[in-house]
This record gives sequence, structure tokens and C-alpha cells, in this order.
Amino acid sequence: MVKLTIDQRAIEVPEGSTIMDAANIAGIPIPKLCFLKDINEIGACRVCVVEIEGKDKLVTSCNNEVEEGMVIYTNSPKVRRNRKKTVEMILSQHNSNCVTCARNRNCSLQTITRDLNILDVPYEKELTPLPWNRNFPLIRDNDKCIKCMRCISVCEKVQGVRIWDVGGTGSRTGVYVSGNRKIEESDCVLCGQCITHCPVGALRERDDTEKAWWAIENKKKVTVVQVAPAVRAAWGEVFGIPAREATMGKIADALRKIGFDYVFDTVFSADLTIMEEGSEFVERFSKGDTRQMPMFTSCCPGWVRFVKSQYPHLVSRLSTAKSPQQMFGAVMKTYFAKKIGVAPEDMVTVSVMPCVAKKGERNMELFYEEYAGYDVDVVLTTRELTRMIRMAHIDPCTLKDAPCDDPMADGTGAGVIFGTTGGVMEAALRSAYYLITGENPDADAFSEVRSTREQPKWKEAEFRIKDIVVRTAVVNGLANTRELIDALERGEVHYDFVEVMACPGGCVGGGGQPIKDGCELATARGGSLRMLDEAAPVRFSHENKAVLQLYDEFMEKPLSHKAHLLLHTDHDAWQMPDAGK
Amino acid sequence: MSRLEIPIPNRAQVVVEQLYKDLERRIEASPSGLCPIDMSKAFLELCHAQTCGKCVPCRVGLRQLKKMISDVLNGRATLETLDEMEETALSIMESADCAIGYEAANMVYKGLIGFHDEYVSHIELGRCNCSYQQPVPCVSLCPAGVDIPGYIALVHEGRYKDAIRLIRKDNPFPTTCGFICEHPCEARCRRNMIDDAINIRGLKRMAADFAGKVAPPQCQPSTGKKVAIVGGGPGGLSTAYYLQLMGHQVVVYEMLPKLGGMLRYGIPNYRLPKDRLDDDINAILETGVQVKHGLRIGIDITIDDLRNQYDAVLITIGASTDKKLGVEGEDADGVISAVQFLRDVGKGSAIDLKGQEVCVVGGGNVSMDAVRTAVRLGARKVTIVYRRRVADMTALRDEIEGAIAEGVEVATLKAPVRIETDNDYSTRGLWVRPQMISSIRDGRASVKDTGEGDILIPCTTVIVAIGQDIESQHFADAGVPVNRGVIQTGRHGGFDLLPGVFAGGDCATGPATVIKAIGAAKVIAANIDEYLGFHHVIQSDVEVPLPNMADRNPCGRVNMTEREACQRVCDFDGVELPMTEAECRQEASRCLRCDHFGYGIFKGGRETLW
Repeated sequence: MVKLTIDQRAIEVPEGSTIMDAANIAGIPIPKLCFLKDINEIGACRVCVVEIEGKDKLVTSCNNEVEEGMVIYTNSPKVRRNRKKTVEMILSQHNSNCVTCARNRNCSLQTITRDLNILDVPYEKELTPLPWNRNFPLIRDNDKCIKCMRCISVCEKVQGVRIWDVGGTGSRTGVYVSGNRKIEESDCVLCGQCITHCPVGALRERDDTEKAWWAIENKKKVTVVQVAPAVRAAWGEVFGIPAREATMGKIADALRKIGFDYVFDTVFSADLTIMEEGSEFVERFSKGDTRQMPMFTSCCPGWVRFVKSQYPHLVSRLSTAKSPQQMFGAVMKTYFAKKIGVAPEDMVTVSVMPCVAKKGERNMELFYEEYAGYDVDVVLTTRELTRMIRMAHIDPCTLKDAPCDDPMADGTGAGVIFGTTGGVMEAALRSAYYLITGENPDADAFSEVRSTREQPKWKEAEFRIKDIVVRTAVVNGLANTRELIDALERGEVHYDFVEVMACPGGCVGGGGQPIKDGCELATARGGSLRMLDEAAPVRFSHENKAVLQLYDEFMEKPLSHKAHLLLHTDHDAWQMPDAGK
Repeated sequence: MSRLEIPIPNRAQVVVEQLYKDLERRIEASPSGLCPIDMSKAFLELCHAQTCGKCVPCRVGLRQLKKMISDVLNGRATLETLDEMEETALSIMESADCAIGYEAANMVYKGLIGFHDEYVSHIELGRCNCSYQQPVPCVSLCPAGVDIPGYIALVHEGRYKDAIRLIRKDNPFPTTCGFICEHPCEARCRRNMIDDAINIRGLKRMAADFAGKVAPPQCQPSTGKKVAIVGGGPGGLSTAYYLQLMGHQVVVYEMLPKLGGMLRYGIPNYRLPKDRLDDDINAILETGVQVKHGLRIGIDITIDDLRNQYDAVLITIGASTDKKLGVEGEDADGVISAVQFLRDVGKGSAIDLKGQEVCVVGGGNVSMDAVRTAVRLGARKVTIVYRRRVADMTALRDEIEGAIAEGVEVATLKAPVRIETDNDYSTRGLWVRPQMISSIRDGRASVKDTGEGDILIPCTTVIVAIGQDIESQHFADAGVPVNRGVIQTGRHGGFDLLPGVFAGGDCATGPATVIKAIGAAKVIAANIDEYLGFHHVIQSDVEVPLPNMADRNPCGRVNMTEREACQRVCDFDGVELPMTEAECRQEASRCLRCDHFGYGIFKGGRETLW
């Protein structure tokens, strides 16, 4: 332990603590901008500086460790004066049109500016806007960028992709797409982690809310919306609704109030995915197809983009099953459209997702009978959903639990945990067990794949089902994924079935989720989904009555010809730019 | 009123003079990878501030050039802007009245030609394509990438053994380099911006002095693979060390009786005491490296034999033959190459120079080694004969000054023309032709004859130190690509057409420095390991101390001192005196820890393994 004094308070903290850690322990918050724990501890913004007695120069508290006997002032006149000057400098290069910014009232620069009571900036404004393809799902506004470098660090260290890099030199140094590429020509996987880790509004998703409003307003169009499992675990954060009360039922209520005609829960198609992907796995495993390399899940579009660009030779190892979003879209435009007697052309399918990559995934085309279009027409992130709730002037406190629409109102606990790491694997194993043995396992029999507090790079587990052994691995975060694949390719490990989710913690930590700067909320949100699963009356995808009805009435059986046509995809139909480089 | 006044510099002028010095040091520490156009603009700003304002081209033209460069930097220029810049710069060069104008324009013009591609890419991309390349200047400039801030911090804490362990991760010759490394790491030390570069080499020597014997780390489990290394110099032994740590069995073939190559047989004992060299070599041998002495490649054993017997072969034969002067009488008795001369001394069979007069031709470090050795062998008069001036010599300043202090004569601007011999064809003197310094070509002053008559410098020994060559004929015959005597490898140190054969060090680069050979050894060790089908990692478990957060107040650099000249010429003992522990600690505390402060923590920090 190290003894020191912070702001006149004598405290004792573990050795190796940074000054910022120590201040936190003492209950003294130190403002910061560029700092991201373990990811970006580079002391670039100089906002977290503190004064150490006996030293003239201020020291950043985020990346300097405490020493025995240090006397630290976190808010001395000198600190306050310098901190204010620094923020004024940042503001001179920041487009502060806050009222029209997606991060208005959720911006760390705005907060620190307010806290420092900066009412005038003495410097001339020097903005450097750069052109950007506004049709790309990821939008970057250079004139809002404060060069904190977090996006570069998170992309490189957490996702191992390196889309962003420092460009230019000297006073013109800034953040650019690496390698002089345009974003649309890059191997960006659209995970959106740079967005959720941006302290300001320099990065955001393309806003598609107007497309949804247009469909709602258009009398000829029937609007059908689906909501992904992870959305319910996070949307309430925006309105201060506790997790337990922020139910899917209230989202359904809100969506109907907004004006959508039909509301569905993607949990239904998650169960459907399990039927297809689980059956596919049992088939591929039985044929010995997974002896060399595993079958990978395919429901995460960030992961699919990653494998297509980084390991194109492994694309054939992906499950051919579409993701739940795309499956649901296809079912809506065929089975459901027929049921309600609407031409698929007159239907607008909207999905609310915790994800930015889903905005890219929706470009997948759908051809069925006369129809040539898309499974899904508009993808909204969780953040866009909350913006639409605000745009509709709905008081979230007035929302009541409302059911989803028939005939696809059912969802199981297995489908709910699709939104968190290990959930797809667990749901698939529950049903695979049933497919192989003809009986249900204990619903928690495969809990070993769930994430733990001490998360290793990936979680491996071996399960004996009857006389066969299935070796599985679950990984989240693409840097971890890269290490897993490299280990597989070097022959150091072997698995039959691997679940990959691009975002840390899975979809609950997705790039489309609400942002709370400095907080990694995936674990807590994942816990909410696990609780929903535990409390669910049905916890096996193969027991979802609506899914069974769909097979009965329309799809025949998993992996049927029709299922292949509508619920599976040809991964070779499109390639990533820069594939294999 | 007085008729004349003694000018007294005003306060502002005094401060500006100090700022000039600050700027000079700052330029010295300038990192590489900066935008050349941005720098051109900065230089031009300075030049333009120097203009007196009398003449149009300088006063107005430079201003217009500045605007156009700014347009390029700000993404507002077109390719026509470049044409206009070139015309304007040329016009100022041709019409300005004084050097302030025409040389300023010339700087811009040189840039327009020299980094034309960067100008074009700025215009096409709308931004600079450069990237900052020296997050930690000293580490970036060390060919072996030694963790310099790391070991300096360890030295500061008195953890000398750990410092040696950390250095050995990238360089198995810490003691040797502590004595004789040319320390490219110091060239752009950021401490220059405050006062002066850190004495990095000196601190490394002190780490080695204070650490005593430090055992090498454990080898990784044996792979069963065998690697032959031809030549036991610094490159060969460094590769041997890393390959052995990776678990391969290395056999070094050395034709001379002892290991070390030029370190033993080229560098005199007074610069690198051989018992200290042995400290490094013994630690390398402790890893299990085997040595076969006395076999000459191409005579006793062929490269093809080695390829058959081993899984991989590395050629590190160095550059150990001499270059010839090409003058009449060069084959006379008493004419000897510096390589041969120093090797004989290293072997203990030095020629007797007592009371003789000696001429040494050349101005490089080998020449300095030769003259200072000749002095120690009792020569009455030793003269360096050099075509250019002292300022043009490539030898380190300290070496030249050391030689002069030891009584060596320096005959500059003298070109050797022939050896004067007697009837026995023994050397009697060296005829030289007086030269005058002349125009500067490619940045180096050339010489030409003054037209005066040749001069005879009487001497009985002429030592030729004008460069070294490589004995590469055998390898060329065996199919190894050789160009002008230098073995031509790919960037990985191997050959496309000869899988499993690698080469490095002086024989693949031409004569260079120890630290370059060690840097190449790391590359080759990693690539041989890959070639053998492995992916071993070399790392150090030494934890680097936290950076010291004290204010960086200006403080003089501790330089090494030397024994008195009159004493040291009497023996071959080490010349350089160590720092005291207090000096060592103070010098280490000057380090700015660029691994933690500045860009280092973001992009450079520390490579903990390779």
C-alpha cells in the first residue's frame, strides 16, 4: 500500500494505482476526456492534470502512478487555470453546434465545458471539416473530432482492425481512415465501437429515423418492426428507467404509439435461427465437416464482415444461416405478408438493433416468387429508437407492457440470450442436445459457455451429448477473435463450433447501444438478459410454438428447400473491399 | 555627445542569441517523419524574418512563396501552384541581391525538386502522407532497437544486473557496446531540446561495470535443429546467442584462434579491453553455443558441406581484407594494411616499431586505431596522412582528439602518390602531393592539386587504412549473389534461390558498425527460426521502473574522462575512465522518458518481445 495526500486528505491505496485511481478511491472525481481505462491511457487531452507538491509541471493523473508521500492537488488554482485553458483550446477546434449534435447532453466535452464555467472562448475558431460519404452507415465529422485518439485505440486494441490512424503531421495532425483509404473502401466491420467510445459527437451512425417516419406516414405502406433482444437491456438507460422495468412490452407499446402497424420481437427469429443453425451444425458435425476447422456462427454481421475481409478463405466455415434480423425480414415479407394479405412491395420492414453493422447487413437482397427487394428495409439502432420516442413526444413513464403481434408473438429464453456473449452457443446446444437425444437437457446444462468476471481471451467448453463430444469456443471482441483464429490455424486448438460476437460482451455491448462515456455496461446488460432467460416459461428454441407453427404452415422443416431459399444465405454473394489484405 | 560609441548589445538581442542556440539544439533533436513541406514553410518563415526588406524578390517574393506553401498544406493548391512556386523560387534565386534572398529561395527550390512527390501527394490527397517515425527517438535510431529508456531507468535505480538483462533482449554485447558503440541513439535525443543529449553509451558502460557477471536467461527446450554460423564476430555471435536461446543448436566456425572478429582483432585493447569483451562472449557461450576454430571456409570446408550438415547456414564473415591504395611501391616491405597490422597486435604478434617513423593513410576510425596503436608500439613519430581536412575525417571526434593528444602528427591535404623504397625494396618514405580544398559536391568538399611539388615524408612503415573488403569469392562461386564483393541478401537476410542460407553483418552491408551487425542478427535469428518452422519469442521479464516525475531542469551532461595521455601511451590498457556512481545516477536522471511522455506512450512505448 502507498500512503499519500490528495486534496488535504490522507489516504492509502494499492501500489501501482494511478493518481486518478487513487483520487477515485478517495471519492474525488478528476475530469478527463481522452482517457479510456486499459485502452487509451495516453495523456493527450491534458484535462486530468493535477499538481504535485514540489513540482512545477502539472502531471496527468490517468497514466502516472502514485508514489509514497506524494501530496497531490486535483483542483488547485493552477490546475483549474490550466484545465480551463486547455478546454478552451480544444473548443477552438471543435464544432460546438451542440443543439444539432447527436451527442447533445451526452457529451463529455460539453460537460467539462459546463463544469469549468467556460462562457467565452478567447481563441479564434478554426474548424477543419472533411468530406465524408454520408450514405455509409458510419458517419464521421472531422470538425467535431478532438483528437483524443480513442477511436484509433479501441479499433486497434479491442477490435484488432485498425481502421483509424493518425494522419497528417505537426499542427495538422488528425484522425483519418488508415492507409489513405476512403471508409467505404476500407475493411471497416461497422462494429461501431469507435462510436460508443467517442467522447463527443465526431462519430455516429447514419440516422435512418426519417426513413422510418416516411414509411409510417405513407398510407400505402404497412410497417412491420422487429426489436432485437439486446435493445431491451439498454434502451431504458436513456430515460432513466431501471433495467427491470425497461421491458420489451414497453418498447412494443412505444413503437405502436410511434405508428408502426405490427411489432415483433427478434427473439422469435433467434429461435428460428437456432432451428436452422442448430440443425446445420448437427448435420455438419455428423458428416465430420468440423474435424479440421469449426463451424462459426453467422448471426453477427460485424464478425461476418471481419471474416470476409481478414480471413476470406474461412468464409465457407460460417454457418449459412441468415442472422435473426434477416430471417425475420424474410419471414415478414413472405409468410406474414401472405397471412395479412399484403404484397411484400407494400410492406416496410424495420428493425431496431443494438448494432451499426446491421445497417450494412440489410443490403442483402431477397428474391421470392415475384418479389425482388430486401429482407429488411430500415435498420435503426437502439439510440435511434430512443430518439424516435423523443420525437414522438412520448413520456416513457406512461408506457405499459404490450404484447407482440400474432402469429409470431412467442419467444423463448434461449432466443433472449442471443444478445449476450455465449448466448447463441448456449441456445444452440440446448436444441442440439434435443436433436441428438430426443429429450431436453437441463436448461442450464451449458452454462459453462457464459462469460465470467475473469474473462479469458475466449471461453472454451467441451460437452458430452450421448456418446459424442462437442468442443466449443465462445469469443467476443475481434482482437480476441483474431487470436482465436490464428490459434486454430496454427493447430494449437481445435473446436467444432465457435460463437463469435464482434462487440465486447456481445450485442449488449453493441455499437448501436446507448452511450455512457467511460462505462462499459455490457456485463450488466448481459445479466439482465440472463435473468429474463431464467424467468422465461419456455427456455428451448425448439419449443417455440410460433416457430413450430411457421414450419408447419410454411417452411416445412429446418434445412428444407424453402428454408434454404429464405433463411440461408450465400456468403459468396458479396465481398468486402480490401478482402484478404 | 560622443563621436563614437562602444556598442552594447541590448537585452532583447541577448535573448534572441540564446533563442538561436535553443533552436539549433531543437533542430538537432528533430524527429524524422515530419512533413517536409511543413518544415519548408517553417524554414521559409525564419528566412523571411531575416530579410532586410530592401529588395523586391526577397521582401515580396518570399512572402508569396510562403502563401503558396500554405495553400499546399491547407489543401487549396493545384499542380499549377507548384509551377508558379518553381518559377518564383528560380526568379528570386536569380535576381535577389544577397544570400538572405537567393539562399532562402534555393531552400524552397531544393524542396520542390527533392520532395516533389510529397508536394504532389499533398495536392492530390489534400493532406500530408507522412507519419511520425520516432515515438522514442533513441530506440528508433538504435539499429538493434534496444530499450534505452528502460535500461537508463534501471541504472538510475541502481539495478545494474537488470539493466544488462534488459539490454541483452536486443543486444548480447552490452559491455562491448558500452565501450565502443557509435551511439546513433544519442543523435536526436529529445533532451537536446533542454540542454544536451543523454550520455547513453556511457550509461551502458556503467551498467556493465557495476553489474559484474550476469548469467544469460534459460534456453527454450531443444528443437533438435542445427545451425552453422560462419564467422564469430559480433553479428555471428549475436545470432548464435538468440538462436541458442530459441532452442536451436548453433555451431560457430571461426578461422582465428579466438572469437570476437573485429572486436578482438580490429579494435585495440585500449578502446575495448579484451577481458571486458570476454564478459560478453562468455555469456553468449554459456547458452551452449559450440565453436570450431581454425577452419577456413572455401579451403577446409565448403558452404555446400555446411548446407548438407546443418538445417540452416549463416554467413557472417565480416569485411576483413584491406583496400589497396593503388600507388607505386605499395608492395614494398614496410607497407601493411591496417587490418593486418591490428590483427597482428590482437594476436600478440605485433611488428616492432620502436624508434621508427610511421605514416598511416586514411581519416577513418581504423586509421585512428592504427596510429594510436603505433604510438603504443613505441614509434618515434606517427603521422596521419589524409587528402582532406580534419573536419572532413569520418573518424569520431573523440578518436581524432585522442590521437592528437597522444602526439600523433596530422598531415592533412596530402594525397599519397608513391612509396619511396631503397635498394632492398624496403620503405623509406611516402611521397604526397599537396591538395587544396575545393568546391562542395554532394555535400562533401572535394580537393584538387595545388600545383606545388610533391613532398616526401620519411618513414619506414606505411599503414594503409582506407577501407576494407569482403572475402566473398568462395560464396560467389557457391551461388551466393555477390555484387562488388558485397553479399546481396533480401531484406530478411536470406536468398530467394538458396533456401536455408542467410548472411548478415559487414559482409552483407559493407563495413559498418557493431550495433548494425547486432541489429541484423536479430532480424536473421527471427527469420532462421521461422525458416526452421518455429515462432519463438525473445523477451525479458525485467520490469521497467516508473518514470520519474521530477521537473526537467537544465543540467549539464556527464562526459567520460580519460587517463592522461602521457600515461596511456605507455600501455594498451583502457583509456576511458568510468563515471562515479553519483555521476551515473545524475546522468540517468536526465532521461526524459520518451517511452512514457509524448508520442511514445501512444505509438511507441515499448516492444517487450520480438
